[in-house]
Amino acid sequence: MHPIIIIGNGIAGVTAAREIRKRNVEIPILIVSGETDHHFSRTALMYIFMGHMNYKDTKPYEDHFWKENRLDLKRAWVEKIEHESNRIIFQGGEAMEYSDLILAVGSTPNKFGWPGQDLPGVQGLYSKQDLDELEKNAVGAKHAVIAGGGLIGIEMAEMLITRGIGVSFLVREKKFWGSVIPEEEAKMIEEHIHEHHVDLRMGDELDSIHAGDDGKVSHIITKTGEKIDCAIVGLTAGVRPNIDWIKEGSEVETDRGILVDNHFKTNLPNVWSIGDCTQMRTPPEGRRPIEAVWYVGKIQGAFVAANICGDTLDYDPGIWWNSAKFFDIEYQTYGTVLPTPQEGEKTFFWKAPDKHITVRINYRESDLAVTGVNVFGVRHRHQVWEKWLSDEAKITDVLSELGAANFDPEFFKQYEDEIIEHWNQENSQQVTKTLGKGLFSSLLGKLNTFKAK
Amino acid sequence: MSVTIRESHSIVPPDPKLDKWERLGLLILGIGLALLFGSLFNIYNGNLKPVMLVVTMIAIFAGGLIYGLRTHLIKKPGIQNNNIMTASVSSRGAIGWMIGVILTTLYCIYYWKADWLSGMTQLFDPLSQAIRNKPSDQWFMYGTFYTMGVLIMGVKAIAKYRHSRYQTIRTSSIVFFQLIMAYTLPYFMSRLYNLEYYPTYFWPLSYKVLFPGEEVKTLLASKHEILAMCMLGWSLIATFIATPFLTYFLGKRWYCSWVCGCGGLANTVGDSWRQLSSKTVKAWKYERVTIYSVLIFVIVTTGLLWVFHVTQAESLKGFSGGLAKVYGFLIGSIMSGVIGTGFYPLLGTRIWCRFACPMAAILGIVQRFKSRFRITTNGGQCISCGNCSTYCEMGIDVRWYAQRGQDIKRASCVGCGICSAVCPRGVLSLENGPTDQREEYQIDLLGGMKARQLEQKTNQTK
Repeated sequence: MHPIIIIGNGIAGVTAAREIRKRNVEIPILIVSGETDHHFSRTALMYIFMGHMNYKDTKPYEDHFWKENRLDLKRAWVEKIEHESNRIIFQGGEAMEYSDLILAVGSTPNKFGWPGQDLPGVQGLYSKQDLDELEKNAVGAKHAVIAGGGLIGIEMAEMLITRGIGVSFLVREKKFWGSVIPEEEAKMIEEHIHEHHVDLRMGDELDSIHAGDDGKVSHIITKTGEKIDCAIVGLTAGVRPNIDWIKEGSEVETDRGILVDNHFKTNLPNVWSIGDCTQMRTPPEGRRPIEAVWYVGKIQGAFVAANICGDTLDYDPGIWWNSAKFFDIEYQTYGTVLPTPQEGEKTFFWKAPDKHITVRINYRESDLAVTGVNVFGVRHRHQVWEKWLSDEAKITDVLSELGAANFDPEFFKQYEDEIIEHWNQENSQQVTKTLGKGLFSSLLGKLNTFKAK
Repeated sequence: MSVTIRESHSIVPPDPKLDKWERLGLLILGIGLALLFGSLFNIYNGNLKPVMLVVTMIAIFAGGLIYGLRTHLIKKPGIQNNNIMTASVSSRGAIGWMIGVILTTLYCIYYWKADWLSGMTQLFDPLSQAIRNKPSDQWFMYGTFYTMGVLIMGVKAIAKYRHSRYQTIRTSSIVFFQLIMAYTLPYFMSRLYNLEYYPTYFWPLSYKVLFPGEEVKTLLASKHEILAMCMLGWSLIATFIATPFLTYFLGKRWYCSWVCGCGGLANTVGDSWRQLSSKTVKAWKYERVTIYSVLIFVIVTTGLLWVFHVTQAESLKGFSGGLAKVYGFLIGSIMSGVIGTGFYPLLGTRIWCRFACPMAAILGIVQRFKSRFRITTNGGQCISCGNCSTYCEMGIDVRWYAQRGQDIKRASCVGCGICSAVCPRGVLSLENGPTDQREEYQIDLLGGMKARQLEQKTNQTK
């Protein structure tokens, strides 16, 4: 029997492998990667650079895990897919036959044709190789420029600062991550970036990159005409599916990403695609066709496993959620919160005075049903929000029981009272707190019910 | 279109190297330690002795606090783990090894060649006279060093984790228990009643309190009968009633990381080495063998000693006495001191607690099978980054559970709460609410409500 071959050992590919193995103990599975020998957590790359962890600490499974679960690993780059003969061809010419092929080849940093974008010292940050390159580029560097204000940009700024390397951070948008988060939150993040000594330039862009006498990057010029000396240029203007080799070396149909139906089938028989590199022909309602997000990769890995093993399941990722950390500020979101509320939607926003803590809940004007939440600097429970969102709970009920969603550690200050007070000031429909967080408040709650009786 | 080119004026980030205040702190600390070292050669005599003691103590306190506070307070509140894996002291580099060798050597000298330290011991005479009304001895000096370490490094830990109220309150608690309950109080009691009793160390950690030996005999023979009975009573209550009761409600953390001096030392002096504990399955297997062996060892020894004590059977005398000696040497000295603390910079901070402490073994059994305590995970938010596992001092692979969305109920977890603090995505929370409300939620397969539906569907088809 030929193996199921998975190209890519990131979270999507590895989840697919594990889920197939759970459903089928017999079938041989081979995971191919040119990047690393073993699966590691891509989101943890920054912590290696910052000295929080070593590379080995970012591997979610010990090395003996793969053999024990009969998941074969191969370190190689794939060059071609010959679907007529069900074969993949590796660099160097070796060929292997598959029963099913899963493409989980991830992303690659965007480059927009800036002059000098391929100079030494200019780089993105996505792969282990990128990290190794950054280690080299950081030696002796005094200043860096980061172009592009997404999550990777701010991570890269945080990383370089820990080595005492100054960072000028060029962000095209007027508000930080303004395509995703609303203005108030963006403003708070901008403040926080300044607090960490980053030279943040909102509304400015990279124009060109220039080399010094040694051939390495020496400075950049911004669109507003400023010259900034730097030894490193981080290109962090988003990522795109890593499919150049697939376009060249196969007949897999692609657009911006590898096109799949809602079972993750490509146009070719027995060839599937999941994760960052994948573009849904008909994405589920409210979702984008390409979602380069850890959690989505994980979900898609499980769905493709179900479909390959014979459970025909339409892709339904459930309620959207995501998280990030901006220097010291944690961010979680559940449901949909766009930068400005959608048609028929209202937004309730609260910020703790003088603190980097905010809660934003969006809800439908007509029936007060909650549609999404953004929390910064406070942790909320996934399960509770998922239930509120899928039950279309009213915001007034949600606020009165908001403590149930609080996932902060013990003894942390709880803000439910302030949040409710803020709502009551802004709205005629008054809310009273019925549930706080934790054992103590649940006992108090019981006491109150008892008193009421 | 032509553009005007301007020179940039950027903001300068803080230099990761030590600044002048940190260097000053380390210098003063170094002077304090050098003075301490000098006392070994009996050069501080007569009236010079109290002066030198005060100067030495002030230098150690001042230097330690200046460095400890400065190094964390110049950074913004938040996780401060930058360069831990590259700094020599915290990554088994030359400085780490050096500290390990010095600590191990010191422990060996303490246990077996204490007379080498007589000069240093005598330096502490004025302090011992003031507190206990008797000359210093090696154990008084040891207790003083220990308490100073917990105090200075406890303040440092509070500065480091000041963004987390769980950590600041917990650290304050361990500093309080060390300073008051395990140092000041016992020594004042010994001064007033001639009874040196440590109310926060219970059998089997402090095995002698329930051995029918000197300590119990001293209590029984004391002329302060009521006080002595209270102490003996507390020893029994603490071990057999308070321990299971509190552990049911709070988990073993109420003791291991809020009260116990061993845990206190690990979480203050040892905090920079917590990441060195092994997270492998192999280490976990090894740990279960060793810790329960020690527990059986101490139970058998205590039992035999009592059987001999009651029956006075000569055949048991030598055997049970010998067993007690072996236990004291192997477990009381080698495991808890020489390896348990000396190897901090090499194997991580909770070696003793994890591999050998019989108290932790009992607490762990209660925690694992009959306790409300667990670490809950937040749905599907885990990104498998590994910070939780890396910074678990007990070597628990926290991520293994977190990425499956599974609650963590492990016998070894001391509930220090650092996994929850270092998690960048708000995934982990220590909880002891009623377990019947615990939601059995597995994100294992797929995110969202659909995940459970899918799982049900596949289960049905099987």
